[in-house]
Amino acid sequence: MNIWLNFLIDSLAFGATFIYGSTGEILTEKAGHLNLGIPGIMCMGGAGGVMMLNLIGKSSLPPVLIVVLGILSALLMSGLMGLIYSFMTVTLRANQNVTGLALTTFGVGLMKVIMSKMNATVYLVGPKMLYRWPFAYRQDSLQCLGVLFFLAIVVAIAASWVLFRTKVGLHLRAVGENPATADAVGINVNRYKYAATIIGSSIAGLGGFYYIIDYMASQEAYLSLEAFGWLSIALVIFALWRPHMTIIGSTVFGFLFSCSSYITNIDWIHVTMATKPLLKMLPYVVTVLVLIISSIRNKRENQPPSSLGLSYFREDR
Amino acid sequence: MEKQLALQMRGITKRFGPVVANDHVDLDVYEGEILAILGENGCGKTTLMNMISGIYFPDEGKIFVDGHEVVIRSPKDAFQHGIGMIHQHFKLVDLFTAAENIVLGVKEEGRYNLKAINAKVAQIAEKYGFHIDPQKKIYDMSVSEKQTVEIIKVLYRGADILILDEPTAVLTPQEIDKLFQVLRRMKADGKSIIIITHKLNEVLAVSDRVAILRKGEHIATVNTAETNEAQLTEMMVGKKVDLNIDRELPRSPAPRLVVEGLNLDDSEGLHVLRDISFTANGGEILGIAGIAGSGQRELLESIAGLQPLKSGKIIFHNPKKDKPVTFFHKSMKRVKELGAQGAFHDRQGKPVSFDGMATGAVRKWVESGDVLFKEDEIIDLRDKTPLQIRELGVRLSFVPEDRLGMGLVGSMGITDNMMLRSYRKGHAGFLDRKKPRALADEIIHELEVVTPGVNTPVRRLSGGNVQKVLVGREIAFAPKVLMAAYPVRGLDINSSYTIYHLLNKQKENGVAVIFVGEDLDVLLALCDRILVINSGSITGLVDARTVTKEEIGLLMTRTDYARKEDA
Amino acid sequence: MSLHHASEVREPLMHLSKRSAIHPAKAWAIRLAAIVLGLAVCGLVAFLLIEKIQEKPEKIWDFYNAFIKGSFSTSRKFWKFLKNLAILLGIALALTPAFRMRFWNTGAEGQTLMGVLGAIAVDFYWGEALPEPLLLALMLLAALLCGGIWALIPALCKAKWNTNETLFTLMMNYVATFVVSYFLVIWVPNGSSSLPKMKTGKLPSVGGNDYLLIILVVLILTVGLYIYLNYSKHGYEINVVGESVRTAQYVGINVRKVIIRTMLLSGMLCGLTGYLIAAGLDQTVTTNSVGGQGFTAIMVSWLGKFNPLAMIVTSGLIQLLNQGAAQISQDFNVSGALPDVITGIILFFIIGSEFFINYQIHFRGGKHAVQAGGEAVK
Repeated sequence: MNIWLNFLIDSLAFGATFIYGSTGEILTEKAGHLNLGIPGIMCMGGAGGVMMLNLIGKSSLPPVLIVVLGILSALLMSGLMGLIYSFMTVTLRANQNVTGLALTTFGVGLMKVIMSKMNATVYLVGPKMLYRWPFAYRQDSLQCLGVLFFLAIVVAIAASWVLFRTKVGLHLRAVGENPATADAVGINVNRYKYAATIIGSSIAGLGGFYYIIDYMASQEAYLSLEAFGWLSIALVIFALWRPHMTIIGSTVFGFLFSCSSYITNIDWIHVTMATKPLLKMLPYVVTVLVLIISSIRNKRENQPPSSLGLSYFREDR
Repeated sequence: MEKQLALQMRGITKRFGPVVANDHVDLDVYEGEILAILGENGCGKTTLMNMISGIYFPDEGKIFVDGHEVVIRSPKDAFQHGIGMIHQHFKLVDLFTAAENIVLGVKEEGRYNLKAINAKVAQIAEKYGFHIDPQKKIYDMSVSEKQTVEIIKVLYRGADILILDEPTAVLTPQEIDKLFQVLRRMKADGKSIIIITHKLNEVLAVSDRVAILRKGEHIATVNTAETNEAQLTEMMVGKKVDLNIDRELPRSPAPRLVVEGLNLDDSEGLHVLRDISFTANGGEILGIAGIAGSGQRELLESIAGLQPLKSGKIIFHNPKKDKPVTFFHKSMKRVKELGAQGAFHDRQGKPVSFDGMATGAVRKWVESGDVLFKEDEIIDLRDKTPLQIRELGVRLSFVPEDRLGMGLVGSMGITDNMMLRSYRKGHAGFLDRKKPRALADEIIHELEVVTPGVNTPVRRLSGGNVQKVLVGREIAFAPKVLMAAYPVRGLDINSSYTIYHLLNKQKENGVAVIFVGEDLDVLLALCDRILVINSGSITGLVDARTVTKEEIGLLMTRTDYARKEDA
Repeated sequence: MSLHHASEVREPLMHLSKRSAIHPAKAWAIRLAAIVLGLAVCGLVAFLLIEKIQEKPEKIWDFYNAFIKGSFSTSRKFWKFLKNLAILLGIALALTPAFRMRFWNTGAEGQTLMGVLGAIAVDFYWGEALPEPLLLALMLLAALLCGGIWALIPALCKAKWNTNETLFTLMMNYVATFVVSYFLVIWVPNGSSSLPKMKTGKLPSVGGNDYLLIILVVLILTVGLYIYLNYSKHGYEINVVGESVRTAQYVGINVRKVIIRTMLLSGMLCGLTGYLIAAGLDQTVTTNSVGGQGFTAIMVSWLGKFNPLAMIVTSGLIQLLNQGAAQISQDFNVSGALPDVITGIILFFIIGSEFFINYQIHFRGGKHAVQAGGEAVK
């Protein structure tokens, strides 16, 4: 296959991790909660899926059931993490940054403890091929475009549709922008915050699962997962809080992240070893630039949700 | 024609702690009428309406809609009974379009379809003669457009009884005319409209009946056609109450603060202050009367250096005549300049020019105290920051309306709040808490501030005590001009008198006191002169000893001539 | 006419209100209870995860013992405990001025790392050429400068365009990581990216102990910062700006200047801690030189209520948990990530307990406020 096409597909496949993470984070941020626990949540999502596969990976269950059970288990585990976060920040009104960081510490640690007990020959070898359907037996980078990749695209577009084209989305955005106004028109602010955080966390968890089981598909994959959780938070800014934009953004991020290894194969571009870290730095630098530029232009649609990071207490008026 | 009763209130009472906001109010509203609720600030108009719209719950009394008793616990309940209120502070999501705000929280059958909603909004707008673009974002809208969105929001929910809280306060005359046309159309459509206001001309222009509230009580309801401004004003302000505040004649008042042709626009380019000119004299209390939001806050903040002016002058006359020159707020260079301009003389009255003198000699001479100012020092305060004003040696104190949000730091104790104005004193990088602590003790003692200790966060003190701390600090600074915005708002009688006494004492000391108040009885009893402002313009300057309450009431509420130039 | 009287309306089952004040002793009692509860849950988790305990439940006591053992059983462990505490506290102290100003600096990790890098860069290029004291001084200068710049960039954008500081500083952490790996590629020609320990630029040991100097520096910093925040004019301005920007303007404080100055200080203090890591401990730089402590420090500062003296206790607590849990993973032969799990759980309980300190729960019927202890809230 053409090297460039190969490269593009690889970027896309890599990007799916971020699509999940960022879409999940966007949903919680739209409810006014900056969830710095996303790296931990993604890790636990991965661990949750793997735990299920560790049980059923070698069983004689129909392949579709194995795939679905793995996904459900990942959703459940990361959803539970989301429940912890929303209980702390919505009901107990704890500081969001501190809660999120604690959740990441907890989630990353617990994931490592769990993963150290899992057996890769059970959870990975067999199920990997199921999740990579329909391109599982190809040798090029197309093999990573599996069930979870396509699901990521669907989820991102569906999330955008819900956010910007439905009443529920309208209400959710109102909660994140101005909870007092939402409350005044009879929207149950806390219920929306809970739902957005838990659903968002579940989606993010799938990103971790995809990374471990499909994109990396290696026993050590889980060790590098946390970093991509943080990158997902960066991508939210890059995507200007629009889930469908994460598809483009994550491809760009994936492109920048993996281009260093591709560029070295092209003889007319001279790349030294030192360029690699600079290329990898680019996603973050670009994110910072997007953040600065959008704050200079001050276009209201491109700003973080107005009540981001603030607890809502009705009597605080 | 016999009209149908839409809403009845019987014996509605609401208390906030010891304060009775509404005392057994009975009120009827008919279908297809515009009822104006008239009253001064703090008479309980808004509280009463909040109880119909589900913000507050009455302590006593009953509400009937279409003859059936109803219980209204939330705005949602109110909507179910067809009641909708348009608040003074709009509750809109800035980032959303008009249509999105209008449907927010409405439960409807079928799919969410913005096109259909836009069409429905446009249809309502057309029916009543609104001009609105359903797809325009709120942050792009003028105040009047936002108000339109709020009204349509209520209509969209099918309200038959609309309550508008001070709807004209933020509008231009043309916009007011338009609003009134819309209201008349809604009336013709059979809706009941309640409009809360204190502007008499508007009451007369638009309403069918007027209910007058005073100090939480329903005084009377009259047919608009059978009344006039004078009668309404009398019912609204009531008989003059003698407050027994001592008031001495000003002793040799001299101009202290001169404001000329002040104009100020807000961030959206709307006129907030128009051509304000007045002089505050030392040794007198100048009252500022006006309906809340007429520009009082902005006027004081402009003088204090917190608002960038569009045009105008703010001149401070520093009483320096025959006082020794010091280097306290002036550099050597400045002193020499002033000397060359002939601003100084010596104790024998001979002019001092420092001509040809060495710097050391000048310093020695000035420090000996024999160089005196010839005239009062004239200082231009325009475009100066609060810090610059202070560094010029202008002793200007300001008790802002927002005590804990602006005047004090809620989480700090009294001692630390004392330092707010003075902490920069001294060259060391560290704070000197000794003097502020002594001042704190003094204020606690002299003003009888009730507090567990000097370091208890002031947020935890009662309103009266918070105010004593703030006023105490501003007075301790030995001001030449003292501005106080609503200094007795929310205070009990005793605390209020403490404050009046403090202001009177400042007046005795020759301070120019500017007092922004809302209670006309207090203004009449405390001030020497009263400046009346209305919608950012001065509508009168009267002698507080001879003026009547009705006269001030008319100046405060009459908007026609103040706005003519704008039209 | 309906019989439904308005006065019969039911009040909600539960009602929350903000507490105006709580006795400090009561607040600490609530926090202590939270820690005890958290430890109990940790025991449960240990029971589930550690096979040795599942086999012999009485070993659970060894589990709790290990917390003490991890930091106090030998003098080496104790010194390590103090050293780790000092570094964590150093970063937390650096964050505190910014937090007091309500500037949510999540970039301590990057600011500290840049400090480490700055110090090592000076050492790398001029280590051989300069006398040791001058070298150490230059390293310090470079560390302060690098940390300061890393904090100054977001601060300038915040002051000028109100750019969201939480997200900006967060991103700067990763930029810093790749700046470090860039230099490592340049400095280490063999491509391993691991820079051997420098032979020069090492802080002298005091009293024969390598850690004592670092501990003393951080101790002085703690007291110094406490004084700065509570007794200096700058500290006072920080508090006023943090509480109310309007009040600050009313008394003529230049808010932008305070933001920029305070963030510069915050970054420079991070740089100082980076210098302590570089010159006092590691003698080298890796992308993991700060090891996530920049994030842990956020929690330390917050838990210590932004009070430098209280932060000694909170950083000590977190360090105790860390080393105790490390001891557990050693004694019970479980994954090295267990400390994070245990720290996370205890943190949840402490963070959650703040709710019961800040809010009061009133139940229907009773006029008295019920002190919510273990009752369900939702």
